[in-house]
Amino acid sequence: MEIFQLLEYDFFRNAFLAAFLMSITCGIIGTYIVARRMVFISGGITHASFGGVGISYFFGWPPMAGAAVFALIAAITTENLTRKKVIRNDSLIAVMWSLGMAIGIIFIYLTPGYAPNLMSFLFGSIITVTTTDLILMLALTLVVMLFFILFYRIILFVSFDEQFAKTRGIPVMLVNYTLIILVALTIVLSIRVAGIILVLSLLTIPQNAANLFTSNFSRIIIWSVILGFIGAFSGLLVSYYLNIPSGATIIFSLVTIYVLGRAIKAISSQRRILSK
Amino acid sequence: MDQPLISLSNIDAGYNGKTALKGVNFEIFKGDFIGVIGPNGGGKTTLLRVILELIKPSKGKIKRYIEKSDIGYLPQVNQFDDKFPITVSDVVLSGMTKGINLKRKRNASAEKRVEETLNRVGVDALKNRPIGELSGGELQRTMLARAIISVPELLVLDEPNTYVDNRFEQELYRILKELNETMAILLVSHDVGTISPYIKTIACINKSLHYHPSNEISIDQLKVYNCPIEMVTHGTVPHRVIGEHKSD
Repeated sequence: MEIFQLLEYDFFRNAFLAAFLMSITCGIIGTYIVARRMVFISGGITHASFGGVGISYFFGWPPMAGAAVFALIAAITTENLTRKKVIRNDSLIAVMWSLGMAIGIIFIYLTPGYAPNLMSFLFGSIITVTTTDLILMLALTLVVMLFFILFYRIILFVSFDEQFAKTRGIPVMLVNYTLIILVALTIVLSIRVAGIILVLSLLTIPQNAANLFTSNFSRIIIWSVILGFIGAFSGLLVSYYLNIPSGATIIFSLVTIYVLGRAIKAISSQRRILSK
Repeated sequence: MDQPLISLSNIDAGYNGKTALKGVNFEIFKGDFIGVIGPNGGGKTTLLRVILELIKPSKGKIKRYIEKSDIGYLPQVNQFDDKFPITVSDVVLSGMTKGINLKRKRNASAEKRVEETLNRVGVDALKNRPIGELSGGELQRTMLARAIISVPELLVLDEPNTYVDNRFEQELYRILKELNETMAILLVSHDVGTISPYIKTIACINKSLHYHPSNEISIDQLKVYNCPIEMVTHGTVPHRVIGEHKSD
């Protein structure tokens, strides 16, 4: 079947749009996470959100809303407690990580009947994206883009050297909290695409592939968006034709892109040595 | 005497309930070139952070007679991530920020300032390099450029001679001497034994601060047995011996 024919299906069109929007958001937010070495923090926020999914099942609320609340609580708690040095950062993250999962499992177990979309929360299911999901994704993408376009340099300077930024009168706390909230929201909406277990890869693999060829913050963002989209779209196609869960095929495509990038880099640097 | 640029009176400060500085009185004047020396954990960095208003003292008063943005700052190398994906020119540009500024586009004059400043510290050729590719000396020059691009009244340097070779250290002091003509300099050094001859006065910190004004450095008053460090040198090696802390 032609790809264009596929786009005539509602579910595929929605999946395509979700891949497109989340590539932009994850490309931008992921670059921030990777540059600031916040990958583990992001993992903690991701898994903590499962607690919200469980509670939502139990009370019959929309699972994504519960996930968002838990992700935001986790994000703000980390930011707050790390700063006060009440507890060591990595230990705190580990606690949130497992506590969230534990709460999720307890409440799902207590919910009578079968939890229908549990697998899609754990492993993602981009082909079940609804119009509401798309609207939320579009809103988040616009907010993230606007924030990064307006405050690009401020974000860059705060990420690089927070203390120095303070001496230049930049409201560092405000910038940090705004960004950690955007990180949490991006993670929650990306769970639709890749699931709790796989979502971190959307925020890190394209960035690391881009980082093979450039160390410029803004170029890493642009290339992450492009590579993220290629990975998500090709993963979607493989998922459709081979009938394999899309979350897994998307991650697999992204890793393939990264490995190809490494190979290209190795070959080109070898050539440079030979030509000398 | 003139009005100081900044004056600290009876300052106590520290972290997490521990006092790193106690009863510190200190003034910095125009034209000063002060070397701050003292043991590790003696409160050198805390003093800088109080001056930069990065921490609030638990006791005492700070009076600043210049704008906060008129203080240039070169932090210790371990304060930031030296593999962070940022270019030399962006780092230097960050020294020109003043609060939130919505102007995204770099204008030509800012670009020119960045180039001039990089030229002044001798790394103009590295403008578009990511900092991860720089040597220790090149990175310190970049950080120095960031600290001075705003043409501050007071330049504060936290151990700029860490991780750099001797040749760069000499070069750094030459640049600082030149800068000292237009700005006061406060330099923290972990190296208690040796300090540049360009440094005019010395402040010793070990929780409390002892200031040694320049007139104290007189070879005539030198009493070798009072010197806490035994040094053996030949010929005309420049040296200075500072007085004992009377309260010790």
